[in-house]
Amino acid sequence: MQTVLNLLEQEPLRFILAFGAILFLTLNLAAVLTMAERKVSAYIHLRYGPNRVGPRGILQPLADVFKLFTKENVSPNRADRWIFLAAPIAMFLPAAVVWLVIPFAPGAVVADINVAILFFVAVTSIGALGVIMAGYGSRSTFSLLGALRGAAQMISYEVPLILSLLGVVVLAGSLSFVDVVEAQAGGFWNWYFLPLFPTFLAFYISGLAEVKRVPFDLPEGESEIVGGFMIEYSGMTWALIQAAEFAGMGLMSAITTTLFLGGWQPPFEFLDLGQFNWVWFGLKTALIMFTFQWIRWSIPRLRMDQLMDLGWKVLVPLTLVWLVVVAGVMLIV
Amino acid sequence: MTLGLLQQEIAYGTLYLYVGISMLLISGFIAFVLVLARLLSPSSSSATKGQNYETGESTVTDPWRPFPVRYYIFALLFLIFDVEAAFLFPWAVVYGELGLYGFVQMVIFVFILTVGLVYEWKKGALKWV
Repeated sequence: MQTVLNLLEQEPLRFILAFGAILFLTLNLAAVLTMAERKVSAYIHLRYGPNRVGPRGILQPLADVFKLFTKENVSPNRADRWIFLAAPIAMFLPAAVVWLVIPFAPGAVVADINVAILFFVAVTSIGALGVIMAGYGSRSTFSLLGALRGAAQMISYEVPLILSLLGVVVLAGSLSFVDVVEAQAGGFWNWYFLPLFPTFLAFYISGLAEVKRVPFDLPEGESEIVGGFMIEYSGMTWALIQAAEFAGMGLMSAITTTLFLGGWQPPFEFLDLGQFNWVWFGLKTALIMFTFQWIRWSIPRLRMDQLMDLGWKVLVPLTLVWLVVVAGVMLIV
Repeated sequence: MTLGLLQQEIAYGTLYLYVGISMLLISGFIAFVLVLARLLSPSSSSATKGQNYETGESTVTDPWRPFPVRYYIFALLFLIFDVEAAFLFPWAVVYGELGLYGFVQMVIFVFILTVGLVYEWKKGALKWV
């Protein structure tokens, strides 16, 4: 048994296994989150939600996948077909690949690259590219409107997102997620959401906007531009875009957990589970995901001018001021 | 044991190779899923089905034409602040060792950019009309 485990930890094999695990995780996270989304919305509306497929409806995602596989993929005649079909790839890629650099438990990270935060920022920008590709490639009026809104929103909120990361980097003195989590050891009062509370809020709100969740779902805006950038997609192409959105939401929760809520660190020292600390990581990530879904059913959609005002006139000054405050306090202490 | 994910000493370049390979594999996987769905699903095309959706009517507009300039303004603003972040990230990593010198430099840099932001604000570039 021990020799088998040692063999599995040899380099190329470890990477292959870990990559498979990451892909499995991303796809299943998307499936579970579609289910959770419908269940949470149902319970907030005092309904049952999906409850026919399997016990309490837990096999619903499986049924959905089978259904979507057998639905026709229609692409518009005048669409730019290659861009149209490449858009789901460009949207799914960032949601999946950033999981490689996130530490799940002590020592459990696929690729501990030392510029992980920069890598996260760089790779999530591909998502905005995917939205533009989807909207422009479909050559549909609603799609292009959605894509332009999506591009404006995602690049605008990337500024407070990046600036709020700086506070974490200053405190941890490193760009690696592993080091950031290590620096938050020893109880929940050491987690960065306390000293960086305004930054934490700014990051959370920008994260919500980056993954296009409800108060910021203008690119989709199903009640005004009927689905926005994904209007021309159907069948599996549509399913992949949806999967990318849900996986992106899970990823943003995981990043929030890692940066501000201590990653896999237990809330109290005596609750340390050793290698099983991924339970804490999972619990905190699930909590953030739940708040994302909760907000969806509590806050109405913003208008475009309100969206831009919140980003540029509230979040950007807030993060800049708090960066100076944190740097000043670090100088004195 | 942690599901074979244990971190060992890995050469610097290997990690980036892993990330690059992963990106290729994920793209390939999605392409494979698209091809598989194409094979499994029915496909019958017709002229009406191939039209773009415009609230159920026949398609009359072509969106590939000029669109409002305000999107470009925000893209430009984003570019400025992104370059700022590119300066601030290396600064933030070594800030613990820089002390007062680093603090003053950062404050001057952020101050100049804030003046720029305030100028744009007053000029109305941040206003969505």
